[in-house]
Amino acid sequence: MTSHVLSLLVEDKPGLLTRVAGLFARRGFNIESLAVGPSEIVGLSRITILVDVEGVPLEQVTKQLNKLINVIKIVELDAAQSVQRDHLLIKVKVDNTTRSQVLEAVTLFRARVVDVSTDAVVIEVTGGSGKTQALLRVLEPYGIREIAQSGLLAIGRGSKSITERVFKN
Amino acid sequence: MTTETTPVPSAPASTEPEMLTGSGAIIRTLELLGVTDVFGIPGGAVIPLYDELMTQTKIRHILVRHEQGAGHAAEGYASATGRVGVAIATSGPGATNLVTAIADAYMDSVPLLAITGQVFSTSMGTDAFQEADIIGITMPITKHSFLARRAEEIPAAIASAYHIASTGRPGPVLVDITKDAQQNLAPFIWPPKLDLPGYRPIVKAHGKQVQAAAQLLLAAKKPVLYVGGGVIRAHASAELLVLAEATGAPVVTTLMARGAFPDSHPQHLGMPGMHGTVPAVLALQESDLIISFGARFDDRVTGKISEFAPNAKIVHVDVDPAEISKIRMADVPIVGDAKDVIADLTLAFADAAQGSTPDTIEWWTYLSGLKEEFPLGFTEPTDGLLAPQYVIQRIGELTGPEAVYAAGVGQHQMWAAQYIKYERPNSWLNSGGAGTMGYSVPAAMGAKVAEPDRVVWSIDGDGCFQMTNQELATCTINNIPIKVAIINNSSLGMVRQWQSLFYDGRHSFTDLNTGHGTAMVPDFVKMADAYGALGIRVTSKDQVDDAIKLALATNDRPVVIDFIVSPGAMVWPMVPQGVSNSFVQYAKDHAPTWGDE
Repeated sequence: MTSHVLSLLVEDKPGLLTRVAGLFARRGFNIESLAVGPSEIVGLSRITILVDVEGVPLEQVTKQLNKLINVIKIVELDAAQSVQRDHLLIKVKVDNTTRSQVLEAVTLFRARVVDVSTDAVVIEVTGGSGKTQALLRVLEPYGIREIAQSGLLAIGRGSKSITERVFKN
Repeated sequence: MTTETTPVPSAPASTEPEMLTGSGAIIRTLELLGVTDVFGIPGGAVIPLYDELMTQTKIRHILVRHEQGAGHAAEGYASATGRVGVAIATSGPGATNLVTAIADAYMDSVPLLAITGQVFSTSMGTDAFQEADIIGITMPITKHSFLARRAEEIPAAIASAYHIASTGRPGPVLVDITKDAQQNLAPFIWPPKLDLPGYRPIVKAHGKQVQAAAQLLLAAKKPVLYVGGGVIRAHASAELLVLAEATGAPVVTTLMARGAFPDSHPQHLGMPGMHGTVPAVLALQESDLIISFGARFDDRVTGKISEFAPNAKIVHVDVDPAEISKIRMADVPIVGDAKDVIADLTLAFADAAQGSTPDTIEWWTYLSGLKEEFPLGFTEPTDGLLAPQYVIQRIGELTGPEAVYAAGVGQHQMWAAQYIKYERPNSWLNSGGAGTMGYSVPAAMGAKVAEPDRVVWSIDGDGCFQMTNQELATCTINNIPIKVAIINNSSLGMVRQWQSLFYDGRHSFTDLNTGHGTAMVPDFVKMADAYGALGIRVTSKDQVDDAIKLALATNDRPVVIDFIVSPGAMVWPMVPQGVSNSFVQYAKDHAPTWGDE
């Protein structure tokens, strides 16, 4: 099994997410991560899906997704030809002896502290999964209280846009 | 010219959009789309719609006795004509009763428009009385669905649904309309703007692919045209006949495609699959080129897929790109409407062939041998009871190919697919993909509404009949004189057959006690009588023709013939589930011999 990143341009309609997610479940495909948000065009959303499948089933899932009336376009984003980022918020336990070490790790990973209290800090980090996973490993010994993670976000490199040629008619 | 001298006429009153209630808009929209018949039953959340239905004359509403009946009737209506069938139900249980028919239409690509009432938009999500999230429930079994919460949204929702249901690969589309949307007034604007940027069905195929298919066809020694239900949905039978005759290739028609190619044609090998003819099964299995038109390599056709047609190249033509290479990898994928693609392929073939024809003499010698050695046939039951195959064969012979035949699901369905000879598309209706018992009676009713001048037979089983026979009341009251042949073997016959063959004869809960030597509960003849239909019981061979002729002569009411047949009869040939098609059995313990396998 290999991971593939699918980027979907969809109409922002009620139930859209259910249709997409339901299709994955129904056809037996596993969603590893999902990120949804508005696109640059009003009324259209963009969904980034990380899916773990072999090549032939991937073609099948793409075709099935294309059949959904509210799905306008699907592209697979190749790792080399796209920028792919995770976004995490991590709450780590700190005390007077560990705070400076945690803050040092934050600096080394070019992460940011976005909330501080006497016994915890909330760290925001953005990056490829290699970097974010490495940061988590470094922070783990101090005691990770909770993690909130966005789905993978991805966008193609260069000037091309997924919305190009969508509305030429 | 100056602005002062330019007369600016005030807009005449008639150009102001007319104000209609949402319910009025539903009916006006259906009218403008060309809908003339709908099947439904009212309930709390569609009373406003029904109130408007009462005051108009352009649309005939058939009041069914159960929403499932409305759904299958709409399917039968659609399948007999190619037009969109329309079913109406109220919210909650009314809508959920449509679910089976919607699933059925989804599996068999039937253009079905389901209109359901929904509770007031202000009550949605509160578990209100008769509230069900029917859009959520039907999401996996509809081509698409719309929720209209405001009267203004109704024309576009219904027109879009109708468009989606009837174009590309047809299928069911549901429009759920809240009660307040039905009640409120809104300007009626026609035509509405269909805003479907993500819906672009591909009709015209890629020329290069068609040429590649033509080259393969020219070079093939053992070609087969594998014809599926898509050919019927695409109205492509005439084009198929031309292609078949130009190429000389043998044709097989799947369960969904019976009638797409005339059974009387010498190139027709019959139905492939689990209960297909030996020549059709083996033609596919031994082929070196399968050209599939609107078929989907269903497991009931291919048998064990890894061993299906091991030497065949595959040209797969389908209007739905997701069907291509879903089950079996296609060598030449062609996305397009069967009607266009077949016509294009005929031209491309003529171009490539330059008057020559493929060398299929050896292939035909083999296939003709199979046809001769393994014709469809049955043996008389040893219990002295009527042979179900004989009954069905006589119905077909005495009624002819202009009739419509709607089957239920099970043994009688297979026999009806085998022993009735179909000469035209849309004459054979059945639940192929979903296998919905209870399809037959309401589907026949829908077909008769669509095609009142044709004889319409429901070929049903005693199990199936007990699931939806309440629509006989609808038929009698609305003057829809269908003819029902109950092939009464007193059991859930297909399950019983599997129990006989694969479960050591342990007939667990398959006896229904409707037939020979049982309490006969219910008595189908009395039941017919209670419904105002003519009931006839047939127990012996010499009564069969007279009963069928009486049914054909009776057109003032529905007819139900209770054919008491042998429970021991089995459907042959058969490819047992999960094995290669090479193991097709002509009859019990009798398989064709294989020289070199």
